[in-house]
Amino acid sequence: MPRHLLNPMDFSVEELDKLMDLAGDIERNPDKYAHACDRKILATCFYEPSTRTRLSFESAMYHLGGHVLGFSSANSSSAAKGESVSDTIRMIGCYADICAMRHPKEGAPLVASEKAEIPVINAGDGGHQHPTQTLTDLLTIRSTKGHLDHQTIGLCGDLKFGRTVHSLIEALSRYEGMHFVLISPPELRVPEYITDLLKEKNIPFEEVISLDEAMPQLDILYMTRVQRERFFNEEDYIRMKDFYILNNDKMALAKEDMIVMHPLPRVNEIALEVDSDPRALYFKQAQYGMYIRMALILTLLEVEV
Amino acid sequence: MLSLNISGLENGVVLDHIPAGKSMEIYKYLDLGSLDCQVAIIKNASSKKMGKKDIIKISGGLDQVDLDIIGFINHHITCNIIKDGHVVEKRQLHHPKKLTNVIRCKNPRCITSIEQELPHVFFLADTKTKTYRCKYCEEKYSFK
Repeated sequence: MPRHLLNPMDFSVEELDKLMDLAGDIERNPDKYAHACDRKILATCFYEPSTRTRLSFESAMYHLGGHVLGFSSANSSSAAKGESVSDTIRMIGCYADICAMRHPKEGAPLVASEKAEIPVINAGDGGHQHPTQTLTDLLTIRSTKGHLDHQTIGLCGDLKFGRTVHSLIEALSRYEGMHFVLISPPELRVPEYITDLLKEKNIPFEEVISLDEAMPQLDILYMTRVQRERFFNEEDYIRMKDFYILNNDKMALAKEDMIVMHPLPRVNEIALEVDSDPRALYFKQAQYGMYIRMALILTLLEVEV
Repeated sequence: MLSLNISGLENGVVLDHIPAGKSMEIYKYLDLGSLDCQVAIIKNASSKKMGKKDIIKISGGLDQVDLDIIGFINHHITCNIIKDGHVVEKRQLHHPKKLTNVIRCKNPRCITSIEQELPHVFFLADTKTKTYRCKYCEEKYSFK
C-alpha cells in the first residue's frame, strides 16, 4: 500500500525531523537530487485554482528531474462531466507515479487515497487541511531558528477561519516549551477545539487583541490574511480586513531575531515597507515550501539518493 | 384501562425503556424494515419509571441488528436478549467506535455531499463528550 500525506499529523515528530533533514540537504546540495525522479511523473489534480501551491509542486518535481501533468480547475477536468474523485484517481494512477490533489470539498484527498495505488498528497481540501503548508511553516522555523521547541509564537489575524493557523498550532503543540500568543479581534478567535487541545496538553497560551503589546515577547510572528470569501457580510469583512497592519513602527517593538511569517498571499496586513526588513521571511518561506515538497515526493516515492 | 397483549418472544431482542414516541426513530436507525423477521412496536406502554415508554420486540434477527447503534442513539435504552423464552442477557450498550451509514454528514463542504455511493462514516472522536466526527471532513455531528 502506498503511503499518503493527508493530514499534517500523519507524520510522527521523528519522521518530520527526517523529512526536514532531507529538505535541508536538498537546499544545500541541489545537484545531488537533480535526477532523483528521472522518468517519474507527478499528477497535479487541482479542482480549484491555486497559484502558489500548484507551482511549488510543479517546481519541486522539475527540480527532481521528473515530469508533471494535470489540470488546474474542475472545469478543465472530467469532474465537469460528473466523474467521481474515486474514478478519477484510478485513471490518474495509470498515468502518474504520485498525485497532489487540491479539492474544494473536504475529505476528497482521503477518498482518493482509499482507491489509489499511488501516493496521494493533500494539497488543500476546502477549509479542512493543507498539510504541505504546515510542513513548509515547520521547515521555515527550524531552518531559521535552529529548532522547533521552546518558541513563543504569535499568530495574528483571522484565527477563526485560517486553516493554516489551526494546523500549525496542532503541529507545534507536539514540541516542548511552546508558548502561543493568539492575536485576533474577538470575532476571529481560534475555535474552541484548539484552545481545548492546548489546555489538555498544559501548553501556555493567551488570547489578546493588541499586536503592539504582544510584539516584544515574540520569537515568531505568523501573520494571516482576513479572507473575504469566509464572510457572509461585506460590511463585516471591511471592518475586519485592516484590523492588523504590520509596519516598521510595529517591527521596531520586536526582538532583533524575531521572524515574520505569512502563508501568502498577503493583501494589506503587512505593509510593503516591512519586506526589506531582514526579519521578514515570507518569501523565503515560499522557497522552503518547494524544498519540503521535494523531500516529501522523494519520501513518498521511496526514492533513495 | 385497556391493555394490549403481544405474545412473548421465544428468541430475539427486546428493546425496552425507549422514550415514548421514539420507537419509529429507532426502527429507522436499525433499518428494521429491511429485515425478514417479525417486529412488534409497542407505543406509549405504561412505565413506573418513565410514565410512558415505547418497546420494540424483534423476533430472531439478533445477528442482523447492530445493537451498538442504540448505544449511540440513547444508551439508557435497555436491551434484553431472549433465548428459549427467557432473558439470558441484559446487554450493556456502549457508544460504538464507528458508525457507517447511520447518520449523515450535514457539512455542505464535505466530499460526502457529492461523491457517488460514498458511505457516511463517523468516528467516536472523544469518549468523554461522546463526540462523533465525520471521517472525511472531521465535522462534529450535531443532533440538531
